[in-house]
Amino acid sequence: MRRLAAAVLLLLLAGGIARAVEPGERLADPALEARARAIGKELRCLVCQNESIDDSGADLAHDLRVLLRERLKAGDSDRQAIAYIVARYGQFVLLKPPVEPATYALWFGPPALLALAAIAIALRLRRRDTSAPPAPLSAEERRRLARLLDEGT
Amino acid sequence: MKRALYLLPVALFLVLAGYFAVALRPGRDPSLLPSALIDKPAPDFALAGLDGTPGLSLASLKGQVAVVNFFASWCVPCRAEEPLLLRLAEQEHVPLYGIAYKDKPADAQRYLAQLGDPYRRIGVDESGRTGIDFGVYGVPETYIIDQAGHIRFRYVGPLTAETLERELLPRVKALGAS
Repeated sequence: MRRLAAAVLLLLLAGGIARAVEPGERLADPALEARARAIGKELRCLVCQNESIDDSGADLAHDLRVLLRERLKAGDSDRQAIAYIVARYGQFVLLKPPVEPATYALWFGPPALLALAAIAIALRLRRRDTSAPPAPLSAEERRRLARLLDEGT
Repeated sequence: MKRALYLLPVALFLVLAGYFAVALRPGRDPSLLPSALIDKPAPDFALAGLDGTPGLSLASLKGQVAVVNFFASWCVPCRAEEPLLLRLAEQEHVPLYGIAYKDKPADAQRYLAQLGDPYRRIGVDESGRTGIDFGVYGVPETYIIDQAGHIRFRYVGPLTAETLERELLPRVKALGAS
């Protein structure tokens, strides 16, 4: 039992440690390192393409992490450091696409469709509400209804 | 109005089919990325050469349509395209330059001694920084740089006889003629 607990504990610890950012890459300044981490999570590793450079073990991701930290140390703002890498690899490196005319359809398309659907449903419901109530039954119809109901019993 | 509504599923199907037709086109590799530098000035670089040879810099390429090939001794697909590069240089007389990406000069030298050296000049990019400046994300990559030093074309992955004939050579010739 104790062995099992130890194994589980080790596994949990390993989960925390097994990150792609290598100890040698870290910056001495914790604030700067935190910024580098935050930016690294937003940048795509071009080799694996669905991992951030922060998570990826690829060589290129390592190089980009080091480059990013160099830019930050040289006094780049977050935005400048990101622009530096985008200038080389294109907007595809951004895991989150920026909001600009070329991506309006991407950002606003789904909410717009949702809004359209909501409007369509609202219109339909309102039309149903405002439709005139059915005309009351005539005397002849009432008699027929009573007859039918009687037959049923 | 009602009838138009019945056509809606058909319309949706056509839109979906259109997306599939584009995305599943044979020969399309979704992992290939366009270069961010097409028609922009090539990043400046000045790299040391292999033992005793002059290195490679952007300035030294200006005034001609140059083909720049990123390769590495550790890169297996590079070996596959090497015979084509030799043909490009020797039979087509295209000015071909090599950049050894993240490679040790001694390893690159041995690699070229084994397979033949198609390059007019070679620069060694040991740190990989020049590669990053070009947006290289996997060797081999091949670039066409025009007379004014602008990147006009990039090809990712090993060249094949077909891509050489259809994509690279016509572009080099067209740029050279203009």
